[in-house]
Amino acid sequence: MTMKQGIFTVTENWPLTEKVSRLVLRGDVSAIERPGQFVQLRLDGLYLRRPFSVCDRAEDSFTVVFETVGKGTAKLRDIQPGAKLDVLTGLGNGFDLNACGNAPLLIGGGTGVSPLYWLAKELLKQGKRPAALLGFNTAKDVFYEDEFRTLGIETIVTTADGSCGVKGFVTDAMNREYTGFYTCGPEAMMKAVCACTDKPGQLSFDKRMGCGFGACMGCTVKTKNGLKRICKDGPVLSSEEVLWET
Amino acid sequence: MGDLNVNLCGIELDNPIIPASGTFGYGYEFAELYDINCLGTFSFKGTTLEPRAGNPLPRIAEGNAGMLNAVGLQNPGVDAVISEELPKLAKAFHKPVIANVSGFSVAEYAEVCGRLDAEPQVGWLEVNISCPNVHGGGMSFGTDPKAAAEVTRAVKRVTTKPVIVKLSPNVTDIVSIAKACEDAGADAVSLINTVMSMRIDLKTRRPVLANTTGGLSGPAIFPLALRMVWQVYETVKIPILGLGGVSSAEDVIEMMLAGATAVQVGAANLVDPNACRDIIEALPKAMERYGIEKLSDITGGAHEWEKT
Repeated sequence: MTMKQGIFTVTENWPLTEKVSRLVLRGDVSAIERPGQFVQLRLDGLYLRRPFSVCDRAEDSFTVVFETVGKGTAKLRDIQPGAKLDVLTGLGNGFDLNACGNAPLLIGGGTGVSPLYWLAKELLKQGKRPAALLGFNTAKDVFYEDEFRTLGIETIVTTADGSCGVKGFVTDAMNREYTGFYTCGPEAMMKAVCACTDKPGQLSFDKRMGCGFGACMGCTVKTKNGLKRICKDGPVLSSEEVLWET
Repeated sequence: MGDLNVNLCGIELDNPIIPASGTFGYGYEFAELYDINCLGTFSFKGTTLEPRAGNPLPRIAEGNAGMLNAVGLQNPGVDAVISEELPKLAKAFHKPVIANVSGFSVAEYAEVCGRLDAEPQVGWLEVNISCPNVHGGGMSFGTDPKAAAEVTRAVKRVTTKPVIVKLSPNVTDIVSIAKACEDAGADAVSLINTVMSMRIDLKTRRPVLANTTGGLSGPAIFPLALRMVWQVYETVKIPILGLGGVSSAEDVIEMMLAGATAVQVGAANLVDPNACRDIIEALPKAMERYGIEKLSDITGGAHEWEKT
């Protein structure tokens, strides 16, 4: 896999919920090869780039869904269509579409739902039958439920307060048939998911990064297969190799 | 077009641009983006005797116009560097390279340098004496002139290749450390390493970095680095590799005017992986703008006015 640097134009930046927005960037997307890969956006006034996983990719654009949590995402939220952004694309390994059987469960928590959308589309193209399990805190945080349903896949929403879908956490809705799982979300959620299944899984991790392409060693974690840089050897790790820190 | 060549301890470089250790891996990640043979050379990831996993995460934080890192010398150890990394490096880069070495005792520095000395592609050894946690009365080698000299002498005994000693800015008097290294036989000094810094997360009220402190790099430290290069140039005769926040062709010229023979580029590679290529491409025009025909002529040029 090869990264590319390019200038992209913002074509859409729209709030999906109070804190979550969808950003669409147009430019050369040829380096974005697989769901689960990410991009690094450069934002005016911030020294380090900010990593975001790719939520969807089209012919000449890609989509990022992000939550406003700090300085960088606040700047990103306020960017207007027409603005140009310097983007590194084609970063990270991405999900292995063949690792989790023919009927995998896609388990997302919060903005971790984002990379599972393009993944669902690619799995469908391969003739697999994914189902989506999307966890949120409360009804007003829910996003992309309709987008998943529109793909024609079974979509279950859980909310911690029960204001939408199943009351509880994603793990409260896992008692069903599936051949494996893909997950992205808070580490505590992914750890809980792994604890309630022996099926093969692929997990996408989010760590504070420096460069995003394997040079600075800022995001290295220990795995059963040795040290791995989340940005370059990840962000997707298999459930068998993950060593939980806490 | 102006002449970009410089001579670093007897080895000719096509230009003075050198990616700094720890920001360029072993080169091949960057070879995905551009032909890294355009570089003067580069300094590969700091190597220790044993493999090191590095510090707990988070290891990275941000500052205004810069970044903090507390990676903690993660590297696979000298044996794996020689057997696995250098062959991959050799495929992507065909010029002499700088081997960056760290250690926790004088003997370890000498051992690692001795092994890397035998590698044909290693043109220079860069000895990083700014790592904390090393012996010498609890002080790092880079903050005590005697310890700095001791390491320099030990390394010089095991190699015939030029030895560059990389200095820490976290000292009261960097000139005395540089002078001690020169007197002990160092062929060059590189400065500065990162500046010890920290950030605190307002929500958790804890340091952002798991290591509490980290090293600041990036444009924020350029004026500080420039001042130290200036001061060291006034006292030592050996070549200086200037580094610290260099991000443009203009920064390179400024660093050379302060006294640098060659210039390392660090953090810029991490935010803009094409940074070194872009700087090299921008240098001829910048030289023209400032009336420079031969880049190597300007080293220390800003000191001239003092003598008139």
